[in-house]
Amino acid sequence: MALDFALAAVLAALLSSVVSIAAFSIPSVLRFLAFPLLGISGAIASVAGIVALVDAVPLFGSLPFGLPWLEWQLRLDVLSALFLLIIGIVTFAVAIFGPGYVREYEHGNHPLTQLGIFTGLFVAGMMLVVLANDAFLFMIAWELMSLSSYFLVVFNHEQAANRRAGFLYLLMAHVGGLAILLGFGVLASFGDGFSFDAMRAAQLSPLWASVAFSLGFIGFGMKAGLVPLHAWLPEAHPVAPSHISALMSGVMLKVAVYGFIRLTLDLIGNVQWSWGVVALLIGSISALLGVLYAMQQNDLKRLLAYSSIENIGIIFVGLGMSMVFLGSELPKLGAIALVAALFHTFNHAIFKSLLFLGAGNIVQRTREQNLERMGGLMTRLPYTGVFFLIGCMSISALPPFNGFASEWMTFQAALQATALQNGVLRALIPFTAAMLALTGALSIACFVKVYGIAFLGQPRSRRVRHARSTPIGIRVSQGLLAVMCLLAGVFPNTIVNLLDTIPHMFTETSLISATSRGWLWLTPVAPEVASYSAPLVLVGILGAWLLTWWLLHPRGPRAVRRGPPWDCGFGPLSPSMQYTSTSFAMPIRRIFESVWGFEEKIERQTDARGLQVTSISHHQHIYDRSWSTLYEPIGHWVLVLARRVSRLQQGNIRVYISYSFFTLLLLLWVIS
Amino acid sequence: MIEWLLALLQVTLFVIGAPLLVIWIKRVKCFLQNRRAPPLAQPYRDLGKLFRKQVVLAENASPLFRMAPYIVFSATVLAALTVPLVAIKLPTAAIADMLVLVGFLAIGRFFITLAGMDVGTAFGGMGSSREVSLSSLAEPAMLMVIFTLAMTAQSTNLSSVMQYLIDIGLVLRPSLLFALMGLLLVAVAETGRVPVDNPATHLELTMVHEAMILEYSGRHLALMEWAAYIKLMIFGALIVNIFFPWGLASHFTAGALALGFVAMVAKLLILGVVLAVAETTLAKMRVFRVPEYLNLAFLLALLGTLSHIILEVGV
Repeated sequence: MALDFALAAVLAALLSSVVSIAAFSIPSVLRFLAFPLLGISGAIASVAGIVALVDAVPLFGSLPFGLPWLEWQLRLDVLSALFLLIIGIVTFAVAIFGPGYVREYEHGNHPLTQLGIFTGLFVAGMMLVVLANDAFLFMIAWELMSLSSYFLVVFNHEQAANRRAGFLYLLMAHVGGLAILLGFGVLASFGDGFSFDAMRAAQLSPLWASVAFSLGFIGFGMKAGLVPLHAWLPEAHPVAPSHISALMSGVMLKVAVYGFIRLTLDLIGNVQWSWGVVALLIGSISALLGVLYAMQQNDLKRLLAYSSIENIGIIFVGLGMSMVFLGSELPKLGAIALVAALFHTFNHAIFKSLLFLGAGNIVQRTREQNLERMGGLMTRLPYTGVFFLIGCMSISALPPFNGFASEWMTFQAALQATALQNGVLRALIPFTAAMLALTGALSIACFVKVYGIAFLGQPRSRRVRHARSTPIGIRVSQGLLAVMCLLAGVFPNTIVNLLDTIPHMFTETSLISATSRGWLWLTPVAPEVASYSAPLVLVGILGAWLLTWWLLHPRGPRAVRRGPPWDCGFGPLSPSMQYTSTSFAMPIRRIFESVWGFEEKIERQTDARGLQVTSISHHQHIYDRSWSTLYEPIGHWVLVLARRVSRLQQGNIRVYISYSFFTLLLLLWVIS
Repeated sequence: MIEWLLALLQVTLFVIGAPLLVIWIKRVKCFLQNRRAPPLAQPYRDLGKLFRKQVVLAENASPLFRMAPYIVFSATVLAALTVPLVAIKLPTAAIADMLVLVGFLAIGRFFITLAGMDVGTAFGGMGSSREVSLSSLAEPAMLMVIFTLAMTAQSTNLSSVMQYLIDIGLVLRPSLLFALMGLLLVAVAETGRVPVDNPATHLELTMVHEAMILEYSGRHLALMEWAAYIKLMIFGALIVNIFFPWGLASHFTAGALALGFVAMVAKLLILGVVLAVAETTLAKMRVFRVPEYLNLAFLLALLGTLSHIILEVGV
């Protein structure tokens, strides 16, 4: 039944895409038909996901499309179910958010039809990816996802920068897709068939298994945005409409994580610990660089995109740790690390979507994407202010929110590294945990900056000062995700119990001890090793808060007095005297100086006599080092190579005919 | 039941006694500097005065600004709840382990830095910016110390760690020595003492903590100050009770508890003297020298972890 539900969800998403064609003549179709259908699709997908997770029995099916000898094979097991649930929840929230958000696009010449059609296709593609049980359907769904999201990235195609970002995205998505295809090719040639069942049964030599792993790691890592293959991500995610950014950052990256887990742990099987080391190292580098770059961004959505790289890094650290443990015959620890990674995947989907929706609301209300021009939004958009704060607290891993629970579990898994036999591994895992600790602390800094600059202080521009009123749908969608952040954080045991069946697929072990002491206590390894009780933490914070408030709050008419803030006696403060986003991040920029490519220019103008400085202008530009070290050399060599090859093009028909002739001869010779 | 009561009693002792540690350090410093010392009751008098005063809020302060002192205070009290002061094996220790303790302190910091940015003065932003930058280096160092302890005792539970260290007795372990040095450096930075920050100054070039709470007054200010006192006490209790766990009561008899109390007071008094001597002999660092100091703390903590893994595991 769950599988039928899942297919119904795909169908609803496709339907939403079809009805959007009508938006050519009636723009409001998108609001009244396409988004509700998308919402239905999301709701059904969530239900299907939960049912399949609880049942924990793989369901099979097939669709009468595809190759003559291979119908599209479907399979809904617990791993697919989790990701279906993630897709469903975020799609549902986006569908509630969407109508209020696209309203402004109805006036003007925005291609609404395009938005509707490709959003539906995008969601359907992602759902099909996690349902696919053969490489053929997987690749078709994967391409559907990549291509439709390309059209969403270039939605605002009037600006050249957006077109460039879209092209980069398309290019890298296809290089990645090629790597995935080759990875499947390796498995298919050993397993004699494109179906995942055949691949699972394939006996690979360790070398070929490593080849397949590397190809999959490159392909899926490129989609997930691992450093140094991340260059497309901070370009493409911010330029899409905000609800699409939420889908891309919140869900599409997770689909790549799904692909990686499916390929490595399920299809290849027999995990080698060296793969885990690769994932660990790349993951921790991504996490650290992601947050460092995020810290220096002034564009709100770009900052969130970099922070996605950080969180994907954390997820891959968990996965890498799990692979190291699995490869070293420690299945129980492997299961803990895997559950921690999956938990963080779920959490990141929720809070990152929440943050992107909040950013979307800000952008819509103020037309500003630059943090330097925001400020004081807390009192102007109070709902978004509260929900965004919850998102910031979750992503900064503060107890009792969900980000903390999953990072806590990741640390717990890392602390079991002493069980490993190999001394180098034993030292490596705590070292990555140290990187993770640094990442966590920096992400607090990063999100204090975001919230403090955007929501607190005084508004730095006119449009921000006059920002008002939020449509109800936008509030509801954010509220839904914010409540889920809190619930998943306060009741981690429920989620861990649900996720517990997933490691069972690969390792024949499960985390019964994690929730053995009831719903109140989370004890991943053993109760005496570590325990965390999120409900009691919440009760404790609220209790202490209420107690102090009750003890201290003055009774009677002694209200607070309002007065001007301290201005050092120099007259009223103006918004430009506040710390800016750039200046807030300056100490960290100085501490980690060598990480960024960094250009700074300060111009001073003095009066005619050269005594008094009349104006100072400061320009700074931060660019990603991966460009100059990796992408530009590759681009250069591709051009050089293309120029060599282009010598074949003579422009003369006789030469081309002779090419054809010789090719024909060669082929005949090969065949015979 | 008696255990929960004891836990409650311990946290009350923590909260009420925290100002005493601060005034003790101040008195020792005064003695060393040949100044006349304030009486022991001075911090209580200050707090009492602030609680009685009316709150003056900046005109554009948001609701977050008024909520923040309560959140900061309760998060700090909750952190104190998980730290054994007199006795171990209290039931509250299971609610939160050392990683959650770091999380509690992070909640406090999150809100105090946001509150600093709320009014939109340059001071607040400056203090917040410095605070998050410095603590983003101090926090990983503290986590590394915790990792060392957790791997040594095979538990992240603070109570179990102390129990383990009591059980093995006095053994010189290089990892613990590095961890102690790391934690000392971190504690000085996190509690804003000399040479990282100076709680006694309002000099704009140097201040961190004071800059963030500049706009606060009345009971809000009192809560912020009190939270800072408790934080100092937390770090003090961590240092003396983890690395010198002698005397901690591990069963709840009157004698053991009395011994635990006396031992705790004695250890904290000694720690206070050490801190006062350090603060008297050292000068405050420039803000941009502090990262080097914290890198040293991180390095020491990392060395502790590595020396544990290399020298002490599986040998």
